Amino acid sequence: MTPAAFAAFLARRLMKAAGVVLGVVIVAFFVVRLAPGDPASVIAGQSGAADAQFMEQLRRQFGLDQPLPVQLWLYVKGVATLDFGVSHRVQRTVASLLVERLPATILLTGTAFAFALAAGVALGAIAARRVGTVADSVVTVLALTFYATPIFWVGLIFILVFAVWLGWLPALGMFTVGADLSGLAAVADVARHLLLPALTLGLFYMALYARLTRASMLEVASQDFVRTARAKGMREGPILRRHVLRNAILPVVGFAGVQAGQLVGGSILVETVFSWPGVGRLAFEALLARDYNLLLGVFIVTSAMAVAINLVTDIVVALVDPRIEVEG
Amino acid sequence: MSGFWRRFATNRGAVAGCVVFALVLAMAAFAPWIAPGDPWSMAGPPRTDAFDPEHWLGTDMLGRDVWATIVHGARVSLLVGGGATLAAVLIGVSIGAVAGYLGGVADDLLMRFTEFFQSIPSFILALLIVAIFQPTVGSIVVAVAIVSWPPVARVVRAEFMSLRSREFVQAAVVLGQGTWTIVLRQILPNALSPIVVLSSFMVATAILLEAALSFLGLGDPNVMSWGFMIGSGRSTIRIAWWTSVFPGIALFLTVLSLNLIGEGISDALNPRLHERGAA
Amino acid sequence: MSAPLLSVSGLTVALPPGGDRPHAVEDVGFDLARGEILCIVGESGSGKSISAAAIMGLLPRRLPAVAGSIRFGGRDLLRLGKEEMRAIRGREIAMVFQEPMTALNPIMPVGQQIAEVMEAHGEGDAASRRARAIELLAEVRIPSPELAVDAYPFRLSGGQRQRVMIAMALALRPSLLVCDEPTTALDVTTQAQILALVRDLQATRGTGILFVTHDFGVVAEIADRIAVMQHGRIVEIGARDEVLSRPRHDYTRRLIAAVPRLAGREVAPRPAEPPLLAIDGVSKVFWRGGLLSRRTPVHAVRKASLSLARGETLALVGESGSGKSTLARCVVRLVEPSEGEIRIGGTVVTGISQRAFKPFRRRAQMVFQDPFASLNPRRRVGEIVAEGPITHGTPRAEAIARARELLALVGLDPAAATRFPHEFSGGQRQRIGLARALALEPELLVADEPVSALDVSVQAQVLALIADMKKRLGLTMLFITHDLRVASEIADRIAVMRQGEIVETGTPAAIFTRPAHPYTRDLIAAIPGRGWEAARG
Repeated sequence: MTPAAFAAFLARRLMKAAGVVLGVVIVAFFVVRLAPGDPASVIAGQSGAADAQFMEQLRRQFGLDQPLPVQLWLYVKGVATLDFGVSHRVQRTVASLLVERLPATILLTGTAFAFALAAGVALGAIAARRVGTVADSVVTVLALTFYATPIFWVGLIFILVFAVWLGWLPALGMFTVGADLSGLAAVADVARHLLLPALTLGLFYMALYARLTRASMLEVASQDFVRTARAKGMREGPILRRHVLRNAILPVVGFAGVQAGQLVGGSILVETVFSWPGVGRLAFEALLARDYNLLLGVFIVTSAMAVAINLVTDIVVALVDPRIEVEG
Repeated sequence: MSGFWRRFATNRGAVAGCVVFALVLAMAAFAPWIAPGDPWSMAGPPRTDAFDPEHWLGTDMLGRDVWATIVHGARVSLLVGGGATLAAVLIGVSIGAVAGYLGGVADDLLMRFTEFFQSIPSFILALLIVAIFQPTVGSIVVAVAIVSWPPVARVVRAEFMSLRSREFVQAAVVLGQGTWTIVLRQILPNALSPIVVLSSFMVATAILLEAALSFLGLGDPNVMSWGFMIGSGRSTIRIAWWTSVFPGIALFLTVLSLNLIGEGISDALNPRLHERGAA
Repeated sequence: MSAPLLSVSGLTVALPPGGDRPHAVEDVGFDLARGEILCIVGESGSGKSISAAAIMGLLPRRLPAVAGSIRFGGRDLLRLGKEEMRAIRGREIAMVFQEPMTALNPIMPVGQQIAEVMEAHGEGDAASRRARAIELLAEVRIPSPELAVDAYPFRLSGGQRQRVMIAMALALRPSLLVCDEPTTALDVTTQAQILALVRDLQATRGTGILFVTHDFGVVAEIADRIAVMQHGRIVEIGARDEVLSRPRHDYTRRLIAAVPRLAGREVAPRPAEPPLLAIDGVSKVFWRGGLLSRRTPVHAVRKASLSLARGETLALVGESGSGKSTLARCVVRLVEPSEGEIRIGGTVVTGISQRAFKPFRRRAQMVFQDPFASLNPRRRVGEIVAEGPITHGTPRAEAIARARELLALVGLDPAAATRFPHEFSGGQRQRIGLARALALEPELLVADEPVSALDVSVQAQVLALIADMKKRLGLTMLFITHDLRVASEIADRIAVMRQGEIVETGTPAAIFTRPAHPYTRDLIAAIPGRGWEAARG
């Protein structure tokens, strides 16, 4: 792709990403609006902290004295300037809470996504390469198993096995409390804490990507250009790597990108199980305290994360697939 | 169709899936007879170990019988799984059919809409909806349906697009058949197989979603569910592992059985794909 | 004569159990000399492509070679190990396939795909391979090869892609080239260029060429010798002129007789009367692109005008993308024209509502190209045929009874009414499609390439049936085809389309003997086997 074409593609794609985030903000706005009762009481209703001052603060934030389009505009403008309102539970701005918790979630979901994609593609490729053999069956059974297991339950089982019974890995949190480590030791400590949650979140998607990769590889392997490659006298190894795998991975990566939102959403469950101090855990806390302002903030921020992952995968696919440029 | 059933019946995984799923169905249907009494009430001493002669899957911290909660929990899982899938298929088929049949700008708009719902963290949206509208079976079904329809819409749209340009559909236009006749009689019957396959996978996904919501405390407080039990046993996993483990196994087996059935249908409908896999 | 380049004998390839015959190919034997072109010709399912794949060692696993030998360069290819066979493929024997659109890897530049042949056989380094790829692209006459070497396949036309495939095959100067229907997917003018290229290669390099095709025109154009295959066996083999003009086997005779004649028939002018169908200045513009991307117009039809007298057959010929199908679809309103006027029986039917158009649906019916896509797989044949009359108010029972009569009329067993389309062959399906159109007793029949997906012998039968129906029912017909032979056989008049425009209209005699437009001349010059035509008499 020429630099100019790439820039045009990037501009189009960024616009689309911005559109999705805007859509999320609008959806968030209307979910609150559709609930019975006025939004301030929905937000504050069951919080038990519905003092007059807080209600007034909410009414101002949502501009409830204005007509609906103006309210929407105010809300969108607020979000655009990173003003998500105040969390009544801790009396801090939602934005400051999100900023504090975001790095942990990015670390967790990023690791899980990379692991799921790498392991899934590898397993799927092995299964497709040895289709019909024991290796294929093993991968198929593994994929079926993890695809059917609820991730929060896997997390609990991992804690039970690896933390409680075997004592190999820490069960909860992101750091060893009170250890006060620095440098490499701190990194190793986080890595030890990260292992189980990332695995828990990643295994389900690994199973999904493995199945997709296997199917995609078999599909590509039956196409005419693979027969052409054989007719050239190429060896099976290079045919598989250069012709089959490269073509087969593109739709898998594209799908993984579109589905990134599911993985990010799953982080709520994993962070809750492992007490991982990210936005997912924050969402659970918000849920317990009926802190809907905070919950809306989490929804918007995680959506933005999903959109960002999708953007990255789309760019990767566009760099490999020359046809993207024309299709636009 | 006989070929379809023959192929389906020779697929060991699919048959096993059918057996397991039939058991789950029976469990849900006959719950009051299999495990009489209220699953919420105390049935024995708290924290009875699993494999106890009275309570063979143990009891939880409040003395609830784990087996009874599993039997009764099957009901809400299947209810939400079935209800949400039905609703999602209706939404998805309508949107996909319109987009695929009309094409052009309508297709563009509807597909952006679909893509939007597919790319956002739908679990958090479901959470938000259930939390704000109060957790009831109804709101859970709605929330799960709202986040589950996009794959149906995409598949149906692709089918409709390809079928629409097929010559037998053009022939129907030339014969003078109206749009509805063409959609219902010519296109839809030919688009059914992928919808059926997708539906069985969707029931599984919906069951998982319901369990996840209940796990986080967003289940309907009036009905027992597997997700709730797993969640309630979470904090005591070190001392009473069975309260979380067994409902999880029930969940796993149910979801697995549905996936196996879905795959069995898919393979039986597309024998050529299967052959290629075996070649 | 020295030892042949390739010597096949007793080749037998098994079919998986449960098929309609035990072997895909049975006891096939032939020799191919250096610098010779041997054409294997046959209909679909004759085993011609399987034979080619066997020589390449590219048989699918389900179809193993169970007997015979393929001797090449002093070895029996069927006895070679995988690695030995691989070393021969691409270096000593190369192959060109039918579908240029899918035979190239879509995400790899074509130069690299050509270089891979050399790489696979350890020839040269990256730079020299690239230089050689450019050289080869020039050799197969791709314009500006220095740029084309980095182009992705989707940037190239079908003909250019096939040239790339040939360049790839020639990279290591193989002594044997296997071509499996290499021009079938191409337009006739492109086909002529590729055939010329193949002939050229044979002449300048002395490559032995095994050329698989179903098209006798192509055979007549390039073969030195011909092998005719039927049901997995070679029924006749011999020198080209021998086989074409004095076929010994009955099957060969039937096949050759089935090839439509390219004759400039003179047709008596019709009495002047108001036309049944008048197309007046019709254009169609499609818009490509979506909400966010730039919308670009595609002019499928530009200001086309035609008229058909009652009882007349007009053949609309042109290459792919010429707009002939779009124009036909405008007539039956599958496509809404962007401008211009269409009149059926004097009434303007463009711009009127679907409801107002419905009566005209009875009068103008259509027959489609693809026998497999044109019948709803989930409906019984009787229902398919009866559907039109039922839509227009005929009681169901009556329509079904009439459907059985129609099936008999088109030469099928009326019992076919209760069966599903997949139980029928391609030719039978086209008959069902014809019955469906005739059920409404139309005056005008639009036939869109109705025989181009059929084997030549079936094609002849269906063409004869269409001509017979036309005569018996007094139909007026707009017949779309890319095949000038078919057009000359069936039409009273021929209209030639190119890039959306009708460039010339005339009787077959006028078109074939005195073509006025240069494009018509090119088109006629490109018809393969014109030399043979003169000899057919």
